Amino acid sequence: MTRDRRLSWINGLLLPLFNVLTAFLATGIVFLLIGVDPIEATKILIYGALGYDEGLGYTLYYATNFVFTGLAVAVAFHAGLFNIGGEGQAYVGGLGIALVALYINPALSAWIVIPLAISGGLLFGALWAIIPAYLQAYRGSHIVITTIMFNFLASALMVYMLVHVLREVGNMTPESTNFPDVVWLPFVHDVFAGFGYNIAKSPLNLSILVALFFSFLVWFFLWHTRWGFAIRATGKSNDAAIYGGINPKKIIIVTMCISGALAGLVGVNELIGVQHRLFLNFNYGYGFGGIAVALMGRNHPVGILIAAFLFGILYQGGAELDFELQNVSRDIVVVMQGLVILFCGGLEYLYRPVLMRFLAPIEASE
Amino acid sequence: MSDLFLTTVLTFDASVRVCIPLIFASMAGLFAERSGVVDIGLEGKLLMSAFIAASAASVFGSPWLGLIAGMFASSVLAMIHGFASITYKGNQIVSGVAINILASGLTMILTLAWFKSGGITPTLQGNERFLSITLPGVDIIDHIPILGVIYRELISGHNILVYLAFAIVPLVWWVVYRTRFGLRLRAVGENPKAVDTAGLSVEGLRYKALLIGGILCGIGGVYIATAYNAQFTKEMTAGQGFIALAALIFGKWHPYKVLAACFLFAFLQALAIRLQGVVIPGIGEIPVQLIEATPYILTVILLAGFIGKAIPPKASAQPYIKEL
Repeated sequence: MTRDRRLSWINGLLLPLFNVLTAFLATGIVFLLIGVDPIEATKILIYGALGYDEGLGYTLYYATNFVFTGLAVAVAFHAGLFNIGGEGQAYVGGLGIALVALYINPALSAWIVIPLAISGGLLFGALWAIIPAYLQAYRGSHIVITTIMFNFLASALMVYMLVHVLREVGNMTPESTNFPDVVWLPFVHDVFAGFGYNIAKSPLNLSILVALFFSFLVWFFLWHTRWGFAIRATGKSNDAAIYGGINPKKIIIVTMCISGALAGLVGVNELIGVQHRLFLNFNYGYGFGGIAVALMGRNHPVGILIAAFLFGILYQGGAELDFELQNVSRDIVVVMQGLVILFCGGLEYLYRPVLMRFLAPIEASE
Repeated sequence: MSDLFLTTVLTFDASVRVCIPLIFASMAGLFAERSGVVDIGLEGKLLMSAFIAASAASVFGSPWLGLIAGMFASSVLAMIHGFASITYKGNQIVSGVAINILASGLTMILTLAWFKSGGITPTLQGNERFLSITLPGVDIIDHIPILGVIYRELISGHNILVYLAFAIVPLVWWVVYRTRFGLRLRAVGENPKAVDTAGLSVEGLRYKALLIGGILCGIGGVYIATAYNAQFTKEMTAGQGFIALAALIFGKWHPYKVLAACFLFAFLQALAIRLQGVVIPGIGEIPVQLIEATPYILTVILLAGFIGKAIPPKASAQPYIKEL
């Protein structure tokens, strides 16, 4: 094995694996601190998430959201941008979906209405990302700060829309009327029932196919198109990209639009997939969760699918923990997200010096 | 007229109360960012310190122990941030985000484990929290028309942490602009290589800055849980760490300007509460959400360079890698 290949093997597989294991280990310590047996908790968690078909349905349903936000963060990362605004983009994307769903002629075919609703999410998500992108590209303001501000602006906008504009007359809770059923994405258990298989009811719906489709699209776009190449080149070296004739300002705008659009799809799963109405904070936590998913999945769609599935397990298993154990609630998943971001992101290089020292004698003997 | 005057004074008084955690957190951020470490984790440190302070004050029955515990908790998070971003040269923003999310999760898990309640700590009774202090002479000055109201409502009747916050701003200014440490701090945020060449430790200076930030941010959290409120509740910091970050940028990393920005943003919050459902003649009802969003809108506009220009310390967000 050449040195380069060994290095990529260490950086690409061994280090991330060690980092994830450390995050799990740290979660185990948190469990011990609050007086919960980590082994027992893990058993409950895994059984709750994978042990029966309803649990598995929930797991995949949560994972779908994480795929969208994970892809969103990853695409931006490839251009060297940190899109911390997935939370807001997902929220406003939901508004786009809801507007299509609420105001479209319900007599139209689902084959027209649903793609239009999805496009609404893509468009509004992208719109919410384009201002920070423009400000970064042309006015030099830092994208991290502006996207944080835009999360809060999104929140204010959505409260306003739900309280003053979209709220049903006579309804005290800030939520929209129900969407017409033509825009509902079918539940997976209904689809299976149509083929004569009975599986337990769960919120899992065909959004998961949308998630898989967009994962493929992101992979194809990033590694097999000219634009994808330009994005990755800009992320690797801004100067080299300019030298190669790439306009980094354009790249920032395009990348952030794609990133925002992907985050805007959370509403496809939550709104037209499950709840069939727009309501406050449907996006809660998925935008930030996407950061953990992207870091864990090494910004590659395959990695993201795996990481999103893992976070789906944690979300659903966490709900089961809540139910089974007195001392722990599903917020343990939030702790774990934090630990994953810390160890897979902030402390990315924690083990590199150790591994290098360990491998140096082997290398020398060759 | 006198009604309007009293309302104005009371709105200002409310702004002062809202302003305090913003001051502590933004001064904390000022130290970190002046040293070249971007501090997205202010929110998490406020939240963690609020929780630990409320817990300690409730268990030990003393707000002072709560204060110490809160400062300690916030400093621990600051040191984790430093460990990742200074020692291991990780991405400062990523570790800041990690701290926010960790704090959010841990406070929920620990309230359940320690107090058997999801997301709240026991209510602090009587002198388990920081109580208002009536300044001397209120009775005498009260008889003077306008001044009396201002002194009674606005200046007197706050708790010790409020006065501490306003005392700390000139102190921060003095440390940053008039001491050797402050000079080095500013240098390390602008040009760490020069500091390194001068034989000073870049890492050491940045750790010190983060530790000071941790302590200051801790006081902000303590104020939220044991002075402004009387217990910890779920996500009680509600984005104030981010507003403090916005104030830090809006004030261009300068203590007095940052103080002014904090007060402006706090005033907007107080105004939003005051104007809820009020119809203004000729304009109609101003949506509360719009007023609440104003700090963020202003910061974005400033960042975009449309009203002045906010230029961060040059070396901020870059880990320093020593050449060998």
